[in-house]
Amino acid sequence: MTEPITPDTPAGGPGKPANDGSRRTFMKQAGGILGLALAPPFLSQAERLTALSRKVEGVSALSLKVNGTVRTIQAEPRVTLLDALREYLDLTGSKKGCDHGQCGACTVLVDGRRVNSCLTLAVMTQGKEITTIEGLAKGEELHPMQAAFLKHDGFQCGYCTPGQIMSGVACVQEGHAGSEAEVREWMSGNLCRCSAYPNITAAILEAAKSS
Amino acid sequence: METNQTKNAPTNVVGKPLDRVDGPAKVTGAARYSAEISVPGTVYGVLKTSTIAKGRITSIDTSRAAKEPGIITILTHENLPKPAKTPQQVEKWRAAQSYLPMQDAQVQYAGQPVALVVADTLERATQAAALINVTYQAEAPIDSFHDPKAELFDPQKIQQGKKDSHVVRGNPQQAFDGAAIRHEATYVHAINHHSPMEPAATLAVWEGADKLTVYESSQNVTMHQGALADLLGMPREQIRVVTKYIGGGFGCKGSFWPHTILTVLAAKAVNRPVKLALTRQQMFTGVGHREDQEQTLKMGTTADGKLVSLVHTKRATTSPWDNYTESNGKILDMLYACPNYSTTYELARANVMTSVWMRAPGEAPGSFALESSLDDVANQLGLDPLEIRLRNYADYDHSNGKPWSSKSLKQCYARGAELFGWDKRQAKPGQNRRGRLLVGHGMATASYPVHSSQGTARVRLFADGHAVVEAGATDLGTGTYTVMTQVSADALGLAPEKIRFELGDTRLPTAPGSGGSVAAGTVASSIMAAAEDVWDKVVKMAVADKKSPLYKAKPADVKVELGRMFLTKDPQKGETLVAALVRSGQPDIEGSGTGKYGAGYEEKNFGQNGADPNNDSKEKKTGGHSMHSFGAHFCEVEVDPDLGTVRITRWVGVHGAGTVLNLKTATSQMIGGAIYGIGAALMEETHRDASFARYTNADLAGYHIPVNADIPEIKVEFVPESDPYINYLGVKGIGELGMVGVAAAVGNAIFNATGRRLRHLPITPDKVLEALRQPA
Ligand code: FES
Ligand code: FES
Repeated sequence: MTEPITPDTPAGGPGKPANDGSRRTFMKQAGGILGLALAPPFLSQAERLTALSRKVEGVSALSLKVNGTVRTIQAEPRVTLLDALREYLDLTGSKKGCDHGQCGACTVLVDGRRVNSCLTLAVMTQGKEITTIEGLAKGEELHPMQAAFLKHDGFQCGYCTPGQIMSGVACVQEGHAGSEAEVREWMSGNLCRCSAYPNITAAILEAAKSS
Repeated sequence: METNQTKNAPTNVVGKPLDRVDGPAKVTGAARYSAEISVPGTVYGVLKTSTIAKGRITSIDTSRAAKEPGIITILTHENLPKPAKTPQQVEKWRAAQSYLPMQDAQVQYAGQPVALVVADTLERATQAAALINVTYQAEAPIDSFHDPKAELFDPQKIQQGKKDSHVVRGNPQQAFDGAAIRHEATYVHAINHHSPMEPAATLAVWEGADKLTVYESSQNVTMHQGALADLLGMPREQIRVVTKYIGGGFGCKGSFWPHTILTVLAAKAVNRPVKLALTRQQMFTGVGHREDQEQTLKMGTTADGKLVSLVHTKRATTSPWDNYTESNGKILDMLYACPNYSTTYELARANVMTSVWMRAPGEAPGSFALESSLDDVANQLGLDPLEIRLRNYADYDHSNGKPWSSKSLKQCYARGAELFGWDKRQAKPGQNRRGRLLVGHGMATASYPVHSSQGTARVRLFADGHAVVEAGATDLGTGTYTVMTQVSADALGLAPEKIRFELGDTRLPTAPGSGGSVAAGTVASSIMAAAEDVWDKVVKMAVADKKSPLYKAKPADVKVELGRMFLTKDPQKGETLVAALVRSGQPDIEGSGTGKYGAGYEEKNFGQNGADPNNDSKEKKTGGHSMHSFGAHFCEVEVDPDLGTVRITRWVGVHGAGTVLNLKTATSQMIGGAIYGIGAALMEETHRDASFARYTNADLAGYHIPVNADIPEIKVEFVPESDPYINYLGVKGIGELGMVGVAAAVGNAIFNATGRRLRHLPITPDKVLEALRQPA
């Protein structure tokens, strides 16, 4: 396996190359048993040992740049980005539907790319730009994707919606909103049990046109 | 003043495709769901659940877990505070499952809670739960009604005693035996899980020793409040249940499940607010499911396809304690003109939790059997599927002999066929190809009953021209916030922006929950009743006010429409409610009222028999109406003959559902219903292992629900329909209707594509391939 399954892997399309520096930073911070358990096979033996040698146990300060503002929380290295947002920063717009990368409700942008924040450890996103649903609108003015979801009724219960919208924003940026079929395909990682799919697709196509 | 309106009231905002009023909160992430309410000092609860399905807990070792940092308490059956009553001790238990785990060492189903950890963070509680070591003495469980150990029995009553397990009309067996065409088939429905995107969650806050607030993901706050009051032995008014936003429910959040009371008891034990959200995996063993079931249907018809008999039996799995099963028979009894009918339910106890209503309970699987068999008979007789349905069209409800309050099914058939291009359908199966793929077209009828209900609402109209309207209903994504804003706007003659509609709180007037498609009709009626109360009061003020154009008029001569009072005989003479209120100097005026949906409304407005005294037709003699919504689905599939995959390529649904309160949200709901049905038809199945009675695919990777790429364009239309008998505005619920008949439409299209009849849901590629290996 050459391509590690980490949030550095683009969720699809032309993303930036994975940032090895930040991954090492994380390894050093997380360290210990956790580091070993998580150390993916692409790391060299030396790197694994380095990871083991620096160990941070228990709660430590994490600085996350969310929606342009750096905020510091006291949390264990095992805290996911999703839980950091929801439970530590009270940014509950990002939703937990499965906690296992199966539903997309937790989708946020990290350095502009969509990731499942439930599969991302908060420590790994230090120094990166995190954008959540709360950071999309400019004051009272909705982001065009939000406005299109509202207009096309791209939701019912609204629980999958922040994830759909973040994913939709990335889908357009990736250049994957060229046709109805393309949108459907590239939005299929975001489940909607209310089944607003046709309306979601219409909303994204419209927002893509206007962008 | 005319209060007993017999015609559906005029509308202005009602019906318009208004954007959702709660939409901005939902698209910006501002809407807070139950697990997202921030209460200072909240700690986290995590459940540990049983790994066996039957047996006893011999020991629970919590020593390692307790040593973890941040652990506040670990509750097991040995130290959990006891509720005042268990559900089984409650006289009229209002929920589906009457068994409460963690009362003793018994284990009755896999995934049943055995311990609850409370810690300062979610991570620590989760870790500690994993470190608890439970030792079991396991016994061989019964996994389903198929299990050789299982015993089928006649439950006598199903659904908490509400329905009989055996219903007969006419002489069905004899009629079947004598029928020109006899068709008999067995249909299988898999276990389905509601799987709303928001996992069920409870945040329990004890505000004092005998005062409790629970933020619950609830489809029905009154039900949750009542169940908690029953279990805790507390007066209802001491318990407040709040649900401002809920991330879907589809039935599972409309019943009461163990995690809610366990969280409440844990919060009491630690004397702090406790928040507990089920994991996605726990959602498969925590909030019920649609039961595994098998139906046998004998259908007898005349040589020209007229139904003479339907003999229906259902076998299903139920829990060790309850006799819940969907009543599939209802729709077979009423959908067509069939003189002889019977249904019989047989259940077997297994080590599973109690199943529960899931979107279109009964109608969804029942219609699959009925509409598939009818399609077979049509094919056998060389009749168009639409034609056989028209030949069996029911002009009145044959299940009870009553006339319909309204029925637009023929218009739905005609409009659907036109939109779909049904006339271009290839009648002979297996003849239509698109390249390598087999193409098929199928259709089915939809119907859902009006379940009678009532509720209360409060309206407060302010002199500055805005209003606050309140009812303790919920909005599952069904649009309650939005449509009730529209109803209120028209009732008071205000713009929707001037209305604030509040719901989801037991402090508000009691309204029904969202379930059985009763919310829209009932809450709309309640708001109209409360508005009438306001009208009455303002009219009284106006007729006594010298400055009013209505001065000295008799209140009985004054009518109110769209917020304007006027003389019935001289409509020019009048003024708005707000104008009169402003002159009165009163800052606001409040009204409340109870509204009815269905039979109760009819009785109130049309008398005991529900018959309109001004109407001479048979309605007067028959008395009372049968109330249903109807619709028709049309479906195109492409079947890959080499891979067995089925793709839906086109969908048309046309429905008659009374007054549509908001065309945009209603259309979305019908689209959602169709897709929910497509899921059940093609992919949804939870596998319960036969040896261990545990689910093997209990997450969203293993339990497949439709994704965006599975779904084509879906066309939904409503035909105009006015129904004076069901409620003030003529509203019929639509939450379930859109799903009924969907699985059959898919199966019928597959039959048309392949010449093979698939009677086992979900219709997965392996089954299609197997069928294609058999001769047509
Ligand atoms: S919560 Fe992250 S993918 Fe479901
Ligand atoms: S809007 Fe409810 S799950 Fe998508």
